[in-house]
Amino acid sequence: MARSFDRIAATKPVVFLLALVPMGWLAWKVSQNALGPDPVAQLEHNTGIWALRFLLATLAITPARKLTGWNALIRFRRMLGLFAFFYASVHLAVYLIVDLGGFWSQILVEIAKKPFVTVGFLAWLLMIPLAITSTRGMMRRLGRNWQRLHRLVYASGLFAALHFLWQVKYGETIAAIEPVIYAGIFAALMLARVPHRLIKRRTGTPAGSAPANTTRSQ
Amino acid sequence: MADRIGLPINPSEITPESVYLRRRTLLKGLALMPSLLAGCSDAVEPPAEAAAGDELPGTKLIFTHNSTFSSREVQTSSKDATHYNNYYEFGTDKADPAQNSSGFKPKPWSVEIAGKAGITGTFTLEDILKGHALEERIYRLRCVEAWSMVIPWVGIPLAAVLKRFQPASSARHVSFTTVARREQMPGLGYPVLDWPYREGLRIDEAMHPLTLLAVGIYGRELPAQNGAPLRLVVPWKYGYKSIKSIVRIEFVEQQPETSWNQSAPDEYGYYSNVNPAVSHPRWSQGSERRIAGDGFNLFGNRLQTLPFNGYADQVASLYAGMDLVRNH
Ligand code: HEM
Repeated sequence: MARSFDRIAATKPVVFLLALVPMGWLAWKVSQNALGPDPVAQLEHNTGIWALRFLLATLAITPARKLTGWNALIRFRRMLGLFAFFYASVHLAVYLIVDLGGFWSQILVEIAKKPFVTVGFLAWLLMIPLAITSTRGMMRRLGRNWQRLHRLVYASGLFAALHFLWQVKYGETIAAIEPVIYAGIFAALMLARVPHRLIKRRTGTPAGSAPANTTRSQ
Repeated sequence: MADRIGLPINPSEITPESVYLRRRTLLKGLALMPSLLAGCSDAVEPPAEAAAGDELPGTKLIFTHNSTFSSREVQTSSKDATHYNNYYEFGTDKADPAQNSSGFKPKPWSVEIAGKAGITGTFTLEDILKGHALEERIYRLRCVEAWSMVIPWVGIPLAAVLKRFQPASSARHVSFTTVARREQMPGLGYPVLDWPYREGLRIDEAMHPLTLLAVGIYGRELPAQNGAPLRLVVPWKYGYKSIKSIVRIEFVEQQPETSWNQSAPDEYGYYSNVNPAVSHPRWSQGSERRIAGDGFNLFGNRLQTLPFNGYADQVASLYAGMDLVRNH
């Protein structure tokens, strides 16, 4: 056990650096003016898609643990979740500061009137309390409520998937493929949780690691 | 360029070889320039270097520059205007048209003229253009997706061409159809829209002096991805109204079916005049992201969208008394 803990601790910085690669790549592209005719749109697309990928990766930890039995995976969860929040925040900042700029107040109209922005904003908003309470101290202080609070991640994932889906123009079957795949992954990750709960309810906590404990021990 | 020779305005920054000639035309045009183009006057600071266009493959055209009808804003580079656009018959990504249109054959070309007109039939492109002098006009192009460009087109006023076919007084609208060649246009394999692409204009819109029947861009023949060999440019309407690769023009009595309107009538009206007050479910139309200059600047590309794309002085009277929100 102790040895695997060490290995995880050593892997964390590597994962951290890997998670920054998309950001670095984007920064490099910007510096080279290599983002094409509409670089702002490219920044929005890339930061948005990485926010969604990290969110889904975060949601994939629990099913992956069940599937592989590798419980230590949970120790990457907080980092992945915070990177989802990081990319979503950069995404929002790009939209608000780089894209809208002096027209920033337009975002209020967009949030109120554009369903795809409304849900994107909700997805981001719901991540804030999760990010704030992601520290070990907060976990301890919130106790049981921590897990309850962090179920908001499901809503955030749902809104993020919808945010992507609702951008597709009417009838654009090809453009719809990618968002549909992401929505499908989200749905699969949610479905993967259902039997777990049912089993838990019927047989009590399975032997070995109780999820609540493992979460708190990270 | 402009400041070096002390011009108070920003001259066209098109292909390098034409800049010199253009400048002379412009100097001449300056003296005559009326303050006709309200909304074009808030010219963006011109870049120190002309936004040199890459050489486009098309043949160079002979034309005169129409400065009266031209914007003086910083232009979109020829590379961006020809490699980032919508032409769904070649694919729905904005990079697709340039990538997937190399197999398209714009020559020979003929256009069918039909409907309520004295002269109808099928005419070669050469016949249609015969006797018309080509002129260049630099227009703002506003896409419904809330981005915009400033593009020098070469063409002739549509009205001049249409009149030759003697439209009947019963012709209230003009319907246009894009070519649909499955083997040359891979996007037609997907039912994105009800192909072939169709657009329409009310007859007075079609006859308006701003409405251009374009054959060129940046001083050269249109490349396939920009609607070769013949397309409309209707600068006060969203881009999709400016139908490309026209093979059929019909004079009709009733408002014709148009492709985008058919697919989502609430989102894409028949008129589709640029209107910051009418919002689209996905794009607010109050402002736009301008794709122009060298594109190096990430910030400050957003501009206020003006009613009728800044051409209100010329075209607003066409819609006097109309509810432009309902008739969007
Ligand atoms: C206040 C919050 C947000 C705003 C205002 C916002 C706004 C936008 C905008 C303007 C676009 C570009 C749409 C276009 O190209 O037409 C976009 C795309 C996208 N956003 Fe967001 N967004 C927000 C939050 C989020 C969040 C939280 C996620 C994911 C976790 C996300 C994921 C995406 C994705 C995946 C795309 C599409 C990328 C692509 O086209 O490949 N967004 N968003």
